[in-house]
Amino acid sequence: MSIELKNISYTYMPKTPFEHLALDDISITIPEGKITAIAGHTGSGKSTLIQHFNGLLKPNKGTILVDGVDIGKKNTEAKAARRKVGIVFQYPEYQLFEETIAKDIAFGPRNIGCSEDETQERVKQAMDFVNLDYDKYAHRSPFQLSGGQKRRAAIAGILALQPKYLVLDEPTAGLDPKGRESLMEKFRRLHKEKGTTIVLISHNMDNIASYADNVIILNKGKVTMEATPEEAFSQKELISQAGLELPEVKTIMNELAQNGLEIQNNAYTMDKAVEEIIEALRRKGKC
Amino acid sequence: MSFIECVDLTHIYNAGMENEMLAVENVNIKIEEGEFVAILGTNGSGKSTLAKHFNGLLLPSSGKCLVDGMDTKDEEHTYDIRRQIGMVFQNPDNQIIAAIVEDDVGFGPENIGLDPHEIRRNVTAALRAVDMEEYRHFSPHHLSGGQKQRVAIAGALAMNTKCLVLDEPTAMLDPRGRHEVMDTVSRLNKERGITTVYITHFMEEAAMADRIFVMDQKHLVASGTPREIFRDIGAMKKRGLAVPMAAEMAYRLQQKGIRITESIINTEDLVRAICQ
Repeated sequence: MSIELKNISYTYMPKTPFEHLALDDISITIPEGKITAIAGHTGSGKSTLIQHFNGLLKPNKGTILVDGVDIGKKNTEAKAARRKVGIVFQYPEYQLFEETIAKDIAFGPRNIGCSEDETQERVKQAMDFVNLDYDKYAHRSPFQLSGGQKRRAAIAGILALQPKYLVLDEPTAGLDPKGRESLMEKFRRLHKEKGTTIVLISHNMDNIASYADNVIILNKGKVTMEATPEEAFSQKELISQAGLELPEVKTIMNELAQNGLEIQNNAYTMDKAVEEIIEALRRKGKC
Repeated sequence: MSFIECVDLTHIYNAGMENEMLAVENVNIKIEEGEFVAILGTNGSGKSTLAKHFNGLLLPSSGKCLVDGMDTKDEEHTYDIRRQIGMVFQNPDNQIIAAIVEDDVGFGPENIGLDPHEIRRNVTAALRAVDMEEYRHFSPHHLSGGQKQRVAIAGALAMNTKCLVLDEPTAMLDPRGRHEVMDTVSRLNKERGITTVYITHFMEEAAMADRIFVMDQKHLVASGTPREIFRDIGAMKKRGLAVPMAAEMAYRLQQKGIRITESIINTEDLVRAICQ
C-alpha cells in the first residue's frame, strides 16, 4: 500500500495575471513503511505537493490514491483515506490555540468522532511520546511552554490522530542541535515501533542522509530525482542544479577522495564515513 | 573602549509578576569594533534576550549595557544607539513592511528625516552592498528567503549602521539562501568593518566568526576562537550543542585510534590532516 500521485498538476490563481504553475505533471509513490524524504529549494513546490496528500489542495489535473482509494471522490471511503494522512506543517507551534495543552491535543481526535475515553487515552499517549509529562503539563497553557516544548505539543496534536502516513514539513527548523536530534529520534522510534510511514520535507541533507530510505527531489515544480540516498548523493550536479547541497559528510568524503585518499566513497553518514576512512588508511599502512 | 559592553547584565521578564522569568544572569561581554562574533546556545539559553539588549529593545533588569560608550538605559541615546545597531531576525516575512524593495530599504532613513537625495543615495548603496540592486523595483513577495534577508540587511545599512545583530537569520532558508546570507554578512564585516553579532544553531556558520560566545541556562559559560570552542566536543554536547561536521569526524577517527594532532574545524583542516 502507498500514497500514489498520478500526473498531478497544480496552478495557483489560474486565469489571473498572478497565475503560477506550482506542480507540473508529478507522478510519485510514497511506499508504506518507509521514510521518504522530499527535498527542494524554497519555492520548488514541496509544500504545495504535500497539501495534496490529504486533500487540502485539489489538483487541477491528476489523481491521488491513498492505499488505492482515490481521495478526490466524495464518499465515505475517500474521507477515511484522507484521514490516514497527518500533516505537521512548518512551525506548527504557531497553530496552537487552546487554553490547555490537553485540550489542544484533544481537538483532533474529538473532531474525528473519538469517544471521550478514547480521546483522553490518545492525548496521554501522544504527550508521553513527545516527552511532555501529562501530570505536569496537561492543564497548562501551551503558550507558557518553551519553543521546543511548543513544537512537541503541536506535533502531539497530529500524533493523537494516529495517522498511518505522517508528513513532516521541516520539523526541526529553528531547533538547537540537541533538539533536532531528539525530535528526529522520536520519529524514527514511531516508524520502528508502530510502523508509521514518514514523509520528511527538508532541505537539511544531513538529516535526509541519516534517516531516509528514499529521496525525491523537486525542482521548479517537477520531480528531478526519485532514488535511494546513495544514488541521489552520487549525482552532485543534479543536486546542485536543484538548489541543494550534498550532505556535509559526503562533501568531506569527496574532498578526501580528490586529494588522493583511496576510499570507495559510498558513505554519506558519519558512521560509514569513519569506517571507510579507517579502511583506506589501513590499506595505505598508515595505522 | 569596546563597541558593545555588558556589565553584570541580568534580565528578568515580567519582574514582580506571577510569571516572572529569569532569562539572562550576570553576563559580562565585550565586543570590539569590527569584530565578528557568534553566539551559540540551546533554545531558551538566553541568546536572543541578550542580543535584544544591544540596541535597547530590552533594558537590563540590573547591570548595564553600553554601546559605543552610551548606556542603553539613557533615553537620550536610544535613537543614536538604534541608528548604529541594526537587527535582522529569523523570519524574513515579519520584517519587510513595504510593497516595493526600495521603499522597504528607504523606510528607516526616511523615518529619521534624512534628505530625499541622501535617502536615494543610501538606498542605492545599501542594495548594491548586498547585491540586490537589480531587484529594487520588485515586490518583496516575489523574492526568495535569502533575498528577503539581504533586503532586511540593506534596510539596516541604509541607516549607515555600524553593527549588525542577526538572530538566526538562516533558520528558515534553503542551502542557497543560507550561503547568500552568510557570504553577504561575512563580506560586509571584512570589507566595510561592520561589527557583526551572529546568533545561530548551525556550527559551520559559527566557525566563520572571529570569536564565539556560548550561552547555557541563562549564563555566558565560554568564549574563545572557534578553534578553542570546538576543541572540547564533550563540553559542547553536554550543553546540547554540537561541533562542525569535520570536527566531529576528526574526533570519531581519533576515538578509533587514528592519530590526528592538529585542531580541526573545517573540511580543509581534515583533508590536510588525513591526506598528508
